[in-house]
Amino acid sequence: MIGAHLPALQVVVPLIAAPVCVLLRRPRLAWGLATLINWICFGVATALLARVLTEGSISYPLGGWAAPWGIEYRVDVVNAFVLVIVAGVSALVVLFARASVEKEIPAERIYLFYTLWLLCVTGLLGMAVTGDAFNLFVFLEISSLSSYALISLGPERRALTAAYRYLVMGTIGATFILIGIGLLYMMTGTLNMMDLARHLPAVAGTRTVIVAFGFLTVGISLKIALFPLHSWLPNAYTYAPSAVSALLAATATKVGVYMLLRFFFTIVGPYFSFEVMAEGGLLIAIALLATVFGSVVAIFQDNIKSMLAYSSIAQIGYMVLGISLVSVTGLTAGIVHLFNHALIKAGLFMAVGCLAFRLRAVTLQEIAGIGRYMPWTMAAFVVGGLSLIGVPLTVGFISKWYLVLGALERSWWPVAGIILFTSLLAVVYIWRVVEAAYFRTAPNRGHPTRFQEAPWSMLVPTWVVILANVYFGISPSFPIDIAQRAAQALLSPLP
Amino acid sequence: MPAEILGLYNYWIVIVLMMAGLYVVIASHNLVKKIVGLNIFQTSVFILYISMGEVEGGTAPILAEGIPRYANPLPHVLILTAIVVGVATTALGLALVVRIHQAYNSVEEDEIEKAEDSQP
Repeated sequence: MIGAHLPALQVVVPLIAAPVCVLLRRPRLAWGLATLINWICFGVATALLARVLTEGSISYPLGGWAAPWGIEYRVDVVNAFVLVIVAGVSALVVLFARASVEKEIPAERIYLFYTLWLLCVTGLLGMAVTGDAFNLFVFLEISSLSSYALISLGPERRALTAAYRYLVMGTIGATFILIGIGLLYMMTGTLNMMDLARHLPAVAGTRTVIVAFGFLTVGISLKIALFPLHSWLPNAYTYAPSAVSALLAATATKVGVYMLLRFFFTIVGPYFSFEVMAEGGLLIAIALLATVFGSVVAIFQDNIKSMLAYSSIAQIGYMVLGISLVSVTGLTAGIVHLFNHALIKAGLFMAVGCLAFRLRAVTLQEIAGIGRYMPWTMAAFVVGGLSLIGVPLTVGFISKWYLVLGALERSWWPVAGIILFTSLLAVVYIWRVVEAAYFRTAPNRGHPTRFQEAPWSMLVPTWVVILANVYFGISPSFPIDIAQRAAQALLSPLP
Repeated sequence: MPAEILGLYNYWIVIVLMMAGLYVVIASHNLVKKIVGLNIFQTSVFILYISMGEVEGGTAPILAEGIPRYANPLPHVLILTAIVVGVATTALGLALVVRIHQAYNSVEEDEIEKAEDSQP
């Protein structure tokens, strides 16, 4: 009975829990509810993925109104995988959040923090689960508005300007997507993604559709912070509360990339996106620039969160690169990197959150010699860092392997060369942190508490994510199998 | 040709409003004015959606005797949602500006940047 309604429950449960969170008011109660709901969401997402893998895609007419008139929730391998990533990361980070948030956010605002958290997760899951283009925009705005507010709760006043800048850029991006969807509706008279895909080929050559495609590309690129539209991202991730940085870095841009996949492959179709519009060459160039730019700028950052944020820009470049290779291997690399990067960045930002719990600031000067006092935190950071670089036995290696394979399949040696070169740049910026933490002597530390390790309630979730990095690096068949099926589904013509 | 250009005048209004809004967002250094520009930009999209619901010779979409043609109500309903989103964005943006004013004692971008550089 409940099983049939899983696609709706995925969104409705956190949506209804959010206002309940406001009523609870007590910080611990609000956290408890948020944790419970996040784990329910994770359960629902895994159940959906299991069903999709055995039975094929699920179509769920919301409120019983048949598609294409009603809103259809459509779950296939691609978005079931994204649902699991979002819900899984959120469920782990919310465990980590309790102690971190109590430290960083005034007690009287904590219940609002978890309300926003649930709304943000609602939006992200909704974007992934929906099969309706306009519904996608609504969920995009739900997640964006709540993430602006979440970022503004950061401890420093710069969080406010970072949130403001993100709001302006994010709204422009979302409005561009709205214009694109409107123009598509103008030509086809439908908003259902599958129906759009059926009707678009007949009108594909028209100027309206080409303009729509342009608006969608720019809008989505703004949302995923694709270079050179990335300017909102570094400050937003740097000054947000630690838990929020981990959540957003691991999920928000991933759902954006999913949006890109949906529009380029399912709705408009790979033929139009990459052959008629010749989007592939442009995207590959931009993606390569993003990887080089993000990695080089990351080297010069003294603030570790800001370093990881610039590294995220480079990693988004890898994902877009994989996608724009338009082959099964390339798409597999892009999709598997969605999963892997979620694990890497969630783990790293959580480790930095542990540092932020004890230190005044997470700069290279402040962490000098901290390896001796916070061995578990720094060990987690090192393993996460190795994974970011792409050392064998970690998930980062798997992504890079498939990415290089995809490039070589097309015999694009320079592309493969740049991937390896930017991995070396990652060695440089991760090494700067390692060097500061282990090989510099600690300055005289004022408070005795600052010598201590972070509390276990933060360390355990961090290490779960970090160990997942290693586990899926050693036995990667599960994510790769799903990513391959997703890639094949995206590239195959519609039934 | 002139009829074609004038006949599509609401789309011209959309383009003018969109560019004006975007220009204010980019060129203005005042945070409140930027929000106003953002609002104008969003409004242009509302008009775009409403215009596309128009059916030649159609009336308002009301079910009644003697009305054979009526405008497509779906874009209107969609844009109602987008208007709500726009109001929420404006409210949040202005709330952030109030908090920025408390923290920096200014809503001018260059003064805020100066304050951030001197005292992070």
